[in-house]
Amino acid sequence: MTHHPHPGLRPDLPAGRGGEENLGPVGEFSVIGKPLPGVNAVAKVTGRAVYADDMLPVRTLHCRILRSPHPHARIVSVDTSAARRMPGVQAVITGSDLPIKFGILPVTQDERALEHEKVRYVGDPIAAVAAVDEEIAAAACDAIAVEYEVLEPVMSIEDALAPAKKERIQDYGGPNNIHKLVALEFGDVDGGFARADHVREDLFFFQGNTHLPMEQHSAIATFEGGSAGGSASRGPREGGDSPPQTVGKVTLWSSTQVVHYVHRALAKVLELPMNRIRVIGAAHGGGFGGKTDPFAHEIIVCKLAMITGRPVKCTLTREEVFYAHRGRHPVLMWVRTGVTRDGRITAMHFRSALDGGAYGSYGVASTFYTGALQTVTYDIPAYRFEGCRVFTNKPPCGPKRGHGTPQPRFAIELHLEKIAHELGLDPVDVKQRNFVKPMTRTVNWLRITSCGLEECTERVMAASGYRRRERKPGHGMGFAVSTYMSGAGTAIYWNDMPHSEVQIKVDRGGVTAYCGAMDIGQGSDSVLAAIVAEELGLHPADIRLVTADTDTTPIDLGSYSSRVTFMAGNAALEAARKMRAMLVEAAAAKMGREAASVEVGGGRIGEFSFEEASILAEARFGTLTSAGSYTPPKIAGPYKGSGVGPSPAYSYSACVIDLDADARTGLVHVNKVWIAHDVGRAINPLLVEGQVEGSVYMGLGEALMEEQAFRKGLHKWPSMLEYKSPTFLDMPDVETFIVESVDPEGPYGAKEAGQGPLLPVPPAVCAAIYDALGVWIDEVPVTPEKVVEALRRKKKGEPGRFGPSTFPAIPYPPCIKVEPPDKELDRASPASI
Amino acid sequence: MARDVQRLVVALNVNGERTELLLPVHKTLLEVLREEMQLTGTKHGCELGECGTCTVLVDGRPELSCLLLPVQVEGRVITTIEGMASGSTLHPLQQAFVELGAAQCGYCTPGILLSAKSLLETTDRPSREEIREALAGNLCRCTGYAKILDAVELAAGRMR
Repeated sequence: MTHHPHPGLRPDLPAGRGGEENLGPVGEFSVIGKPLPGVNAVAKVTGRAVYADDMLPVRTLHCRILRSPHPHARIVSVDTSAARRMPGVQAVITGSDLPIKFGILPVTQDERALEHEKVRYVGDPIAAVAAVDEEIAAAACDAIAVEYEVLEPVMSIEDALAPAKKERIQDYGGPNNIHKLVALEFGDVDGGFARADHVREDLFFFQGNTHLPMEQHSAIATFEGGSAGGSASRGPREGGDSPPQTVGKVTLWSSTQVVHYVHRALAKVLELPMNRIRVIGAAHGGGFGGKTDPFAHEIIVCKLAMITGRPVKCTLTREEVFYAHRGRHPVLMWVRTGVTRDGRITAMHFRSALDGGAYGSYGVASTFYTGALQTVTYDIPAYRFEGCRVFTNKPPCGPKRGHGTPQPRFAIELHLEKIAHELGLDPVDVKQRNFVKPMTRTVNWLRITSCGLEECTERVMAASGYRRRERKPGHGMGFAVSTYMSGAGTAIYWNDMPHSEVQIKVDRGGVTAYCGAMDIGQGSDSVLAAIVAEELGLHPADIRLVTADTDTTPIDLGSYSSRVTFMAGNAALEAARKMRAMLVEAAAAKMGREAASVEVGGGRIGEFSFEEASILAEARFGTLTSAGSYTPPKIAGPYKGSGVGPSPAYSYSACVIDLDADARTGLVHVNKVWIAHDVGRAINPLLVEGQVEGSVYMGLGEALMEEQAFRKGLHKWPSMLEYKSPTFLDMPDVETFIVESVDPEGPYGAKEAGQGPLLPVPPAVCAAIYDALGVWIDEVPVTPEKVVEALRRKKKGEPGRFGPSTFPAIPYPPCIKVEPPDKELDRASPASI
Repeated sequence: MARDVQRLVVALNVNGERTELLLPVHKTLLEVLREEMQLTGTKHGCELGECGTCTVLVDGRPELSCLLLPVQVEGRVITTIEGMASGSTLHPLQQAFVELGAAQCGYCTPGILLSAKSLLETTDRPSREEIREALAGNLCRCTGYAKILDAVELAAGRMR
């Protein structure tokens, strides 16, 4: 059941960045706000969408990767001679063939496509085979002899903080196996605590979990022409006036979320100019953040295609997908908050310790994210954050839906819940009392524009009957709120270029929009088509899309950090408005009228059909193309580390969960979820609902079932049967409310929908369990044995709680002290120049 | 390594078309559909019978093609997602999935559509619980299942 406001009039604010108001239609939207089917839906229900593993060009070779069986070992030798002799084997490569390191963040280029010195987790790739079929490739991998010098593995945060037994996992970071330390202080924290009537400390643990996309990662590469040898590794013009080198071209189709970052990594590792590499996003079978890093197998198939001259495909097994991971970091958290008698926050001190796994991945950003967004829901006047990420001999963690923020959200929501109970106050009242206000700046310099937090809360309170709930043992309701970014305000690698670009071509009535954005199932193609169609007075089905192809589409930084609707949407809006202006001008000239009086809509431009108008415009202007781009405003604060957290707009969510919890068995059964999400404006409410419902689902999985845990370096449950995720039978009814706060800078006021609604779910579950049984489960997933154990402790007179009991001593550096900005946005000084 | 692979001629009836194929006996129906017959609408998520993604219909009943050998289904009627629409007219379930946004990434969609088709062929008024039960073997990570349930109910109503 879903409720959403029907499309109304345009807001007073100019819609989107640089809205050319004189061109904007006045009145109802024709496409925006309508629950239209996704533009790729028919291809998906008929089986015609082509995913990477569906491709099988003639002469395709199949690739398998030999991976480390040890969590931590030095590689003494790799002998591939037996594998090379096997009939059907076309190529075998090892680390010396791909020695250049890569990584998603410029500061942590610590991965190799194939390792030849050292392996750091079970699953680290060592060698790869291309063979005429997959079975031969697998047999050849088995025939590769690797000699290891096994090292002591580091398997926990505590182990990583201690001195390394023999050698550290990585040769950077430190001390010991610490990867990154962060310490920031905003405002007068000590003064805030001194002013508080009440101070409370709590500890929480959020277990790691993985994306579990239904589609296993897959990549297929081809190589055309030229030599793949030495000449391919030099730029065509290198060497003064020597003639251009003949080099071939690599094309990769992959189930990636970000063709651009894969493109960059390939150029670096393969030592090819970017114009010799083409990366195309195949139809995508689910990402959730798990396909946002460049992966070894993507580089490997390109290298093997260059060597063999044949298409080479690699599809990871399900077990390999569990080890490829880059999922939710396990995070241990300590939080201390001072409040006044009526629950107003005076100061907060938050510490996090992230178990990062063996490589950097997005980890530096993840670490900052565990401290960044606490202030975006609650007005915290003084805030200290200390974060630490450690290396362990496990698959690297990275971004999963909510990237680094669901863990602190879990902690802070339950922490405030406990403070309210301790003060004898209503937790919802306490939270509401501390809500941020629109058009303000947080103590850590984050700029809040539109904010539907109050309305989201009111909607779920009214619908769920939370305040009127019947109190009976075994039944409970819980409430939580959250926020998320509509794209990161700063790029991963520093540059001044736009974050998204769209080109539009109109030719005899046909409209084609080109954009690097990657549809991973969330509907980014549908958003682009809707915006272009709205501006040109057409239907989304009239818009042809060319997306996620580094040869033919302008740049977009891809589907992560909930950036596409806001950023690609604004770029599309600008391009479409420019195109519309040309069509209107040509039509107006023919009609002998002012451009401003020409109406656009229903497939017509003034008195002409769209096709007629496009012919008039082409005659007047020549080839009809337009371009739009989006660069986020420079709003980061004036301190080191301020690049993580700023976003042009934040979404807000509020959630109530109703559940039954059995004191005897510890089993929790969620009866119903109410969720309200402030999406700014729903470009397509059908797709927004889908994102919200999917987020709730994933949040419930993380709260109650999903766990990426290891024993002696091995994943405990590397299969879909054993790694528990919610089925049709586990999923409760969800009632969704779409709240439209109409953001001043979003396209038509739109913000993100794909990640934020996950975040309030785990804390709302645990708040509801306390409501039902009177025990706190301070770590997820909430398994029955944790509930039973908490009840047992309570019965014995101990605190009725299950969760971490200590926070390790971490050598955080002295805090960088940052002066807070003026709270009112219009009075705030320019953040950075 | 020379491999001694046993091959058999297997006659398959897929989507109403009869085909004879010379196949290694150990290739699964999933592999044969995708790699020998280019019917790549059937997807795979685990190849271990855990996720339901590779579901096809065998004599109208949902079966996991990753756990079947072609010799086991000789002479039986196999339906894949490619055989669900009538020509270019979508099956009511496909139509409902499109209209209600029941497919996001779309990867689990073929298997779920076929499981639902089997249900609606034996039960014309399934309760929500019956739909949940019938589809419980098909995992989906995108939708939270809600729109899929709505779409199956919508299609069931239209098919009555």
